Amino acid sequence: MSGPSPAAFSMAPPSQWEEFTEGMWRRNPVFVMVLGMCPTLAVTVSAINSISMGLATTFVLAASCLLVSALRRLIPKEVRIATYIVIIATFVTVVDYAVQAISLDLYEALGAYIQLIVANCLVLGRAEAHAARAAPIPATLNAIGMGLGFTLGLTMIGGVREILGAGAFFGIPLFGPGFQPWVVMVLPPGGFFVMAGWLLLFAIVRRRLAARDAGATRAAPVANSGACHGA
Amino acid sequence: MNAPAKSPAPAEPAQATSTFTLLRTLSVVSAICGVIIVASYLATLERAKDNRRLAAQRAVFKVLPDASSVKEYLALPTGEIVPAGGGDPPPGALRFFSAYDAGGRFAGIAAEGAAKGYADLVRVMFGYSESCHCIVGIGVVSMRETPGIGDKILTDKDFISNFKALDVRLKGDLSALANEVKVVKHGVKTQPWQIDAISGATVTSRAVGKGINDAAQLLLPRLVPRLDQLREKS
Repeated sequence: MSGPSPAAFSMAPPSQWEEFTEGMWRRNPVFVMVLGMCPTLAVTVSAINSISMGLATTFVLAASCLLVSALRRLIPKEVRIATYIVIIATFVTVVDYAVQAISLDLYEALGAYIQLIVANCLVLGRAEAHAARAAPIPATLNAIGMGLGFTLGLTMIGGVREILGAGAFFGIPLFGPGFQPWVVMVLPPGGFFVMAGWLLLFAIVRRRLAARDAGATRAAPVANSGACHGA
Repeated sequence: MNAPAKSPAPAEPAQATSTFTLLRTLSVVSAICGVIIVASYLATLERAKDNRRLAAQRAVFKVLPDASSVKEYLALPTGEIVPAGGGDPPPGALRFFSAYDAGGRFAGIAAEGAAKGYADLVRVMFGYSESCHCIVGIGVVSMRETPGIGDKILTDKDFISNFKALDVRLKGDLSALANEVKVVKHGVKTQPWQIDAISGATVTSRAVGKGINDAAQLLLPRLVPRLDQLREKS
């Protein structure tokens, strides 16, 4: 059995660009870490809902990681989780107010899932696993990257579900009046189907890339996927 | 695999943080968070209120096509009608909208009703016209019904035509509706107070009917004797 080599990445501190792009591909929250599945499956019935939910989460992630990182030397480890939750809940409240001010329709469409960002494993996971031990700038960059990766994942699921389930993309009808919507795609099971489809595609791509790398260097450090850091 | 015998990482010095420090940290963090919340609440309050008001207005204009301006009132359990102000309404008060046309003439009443549908509460706004003692239009305020099935209440032409003149006249003593608004099976509607359900979306259709009936039974007996009061205020 070939032992895992987690030290491979921690030889040198990651550059800011690496911090930023980590969440986009290598550790994409939706397709690699598979975190925050509750909003991922629940609100992705349309592309616009997905992108709004993703951006709301991005804001909460970035703001709370910035504050957690800025306060990291002041927070005793005994109360760190309580502190993180207070901070995260604060920014979730801010987002809640902001969405009400921006669009009531969007607020109705996202429903309780805005408030539920507070329980999103991704946000607490990033605060605990990264922001608590990084300086504010890399922590925020990493959080924004993670948030954008999350947004991208949600929009990829929401886009497919909207195209198949409603025959539209961002509300623009694509197929004309003869289209019979594939209704199951905007119902809860559709979320699982589309999620599974994307995960399958990503697994295939990842395996191909790993096989190519292995052919080139004979080293096979496949990025592990089930990385739910403590949350 | 077996964990190595030696400790995996040098443990941090095992000295407990004093309770005072813990309390101080939590207080400081909570204070910062409190300030952030209050600031964002104040910053968004006006916009959010405007949004709510506009959304209510849009809903009223949809159910009363003649309306061009709207005032919000409360019908108190005592029978009085007072303009809705800020703050929480008194218990038992029913919120409704009085609509006026472009010339300032009284154009009708709009109010909200709600009943449990297939998935969640179906909230509908309905418009009442006093000239025919009937409901002249409905709109859905919010629902989470199954797309393609329950949400036909928005698009089904036969269903919507139920609400062109849905009879809600009151009994002689003005204590309740003369005829309960009832949802009947598709195709058997015979009376003007009946609603022809959508075949295949009966549960949602019933929720619409029940929401209207419950709200009208409560609101109209309070309101109809005092409609003149609303006319004067225009």
